[in-house]
Amino acid sequence: MIEIGLGHYLTLGAIIFSLGTLGIFLNRKNVIVILMSIELILLAVNINLVSFSIYLQDITGQIFTMLILTVAAAEAAIGLAIIVSYYRNKGSIRVEEIDEMKG
Amino acid sequence: MIAHAFFFYFFSLIAIISAIMVIVSRNTVHAVFFLILDFISIACLFIMIGAEFLGMMMLIVYVGAVAVLFLFVVMLMNVTEQKLSWFRGSKKSGHIPTGLVIGSVILLELVVIVGGWKYRDTFSETKFLSFDENFTNTHLIGNVMYTEYIHLFQISGIILLLSMVGAIVLTYRKREGVKKQSYFKQVAREREDSVELVDVEFEKGIKIDD
Repeated sequence: MIEIGLGHYLTLGAIIFSLGTLGIFLNRKNVIVILMSIELILLAVNINLVSFSIYLQDITGQIFTMLILTVAAAEAAIGLAIIVSYYRNKGSIRVEEIDEMKG
Repeated sequence: MIAHAFFFYFFSLIAIISAIMVIVSRNTVHAVFFLILDFISIACLFIMIGAEFLGMMMLIVYVGAVAVLFLFVVMLMNVTEQKLSWFRGSKKSGHIPTGLVIGSVILLELVVIVGGWKYRDTFSETKFLSFDENFTNTHLIGNVMYTEYIHLFQISGIILLLSMVGAIVLTYRKREGVKKQSYFKQVAREREDSVELVDVEFEKGIKIDD
């Protein structure tokens, strides 16, 4: 309990990852919360990479974390742009009303 | 050691609670605030275990850019008013039980894999890249970022450029009825296009049709 090792950090990452997936599944409100859940998932991946990088004394994990950071920022920008243009056309971004493709 | 444990549990508890609040809070603005709190506590964890540069990058990129972008979009649209309760939509949805099952199975698998990794047989005692104690974290990252990983670095720059162009293209629209100055039309205008010389007859005047 007192000795904090790699397992603690991995468990924290696992919990946040699962919360992100749960957020995607359970969401009934709007698409923005789904995007935030994706950010949570990427955050959990970052936690895993950084803790392994520190544990294995290898800097490569931190480099990859920076790349993930970049991709997450790009993804957030593109996703929000899509949401803005959808809202402009339809006037609503409720999840249950987005069913044009009948999926 | 006890201090380390205390700080770990403190920050990770805040992180987990705020992650829960992100997915259950009814107001989207509150969800964004809790997302910011989550990012900040994870950045504190990163700083605590020795990845200071990444912690600061998390603060700058996530809190400074991404979360503010989320806030902008949430406040531009009128979505904070939609106070639907968490589980209930206007339509019945069959996704909720499946989602709960899948989410808990994912959590179970991830926890189990941590245990399996902990009690594995020792594969090999490998030595990796230099992690010299004399250098700071930023120095170490800079040593490999611009030498070994220069291509990945440049590709990530291109990804950022692409996302910027994509976001502008997606949200750009031409409005009707807005008077704008067109430099090309102004410069390309000739004298013959606009001025006409007419002989006006005496005491009759001229009719100008426009």
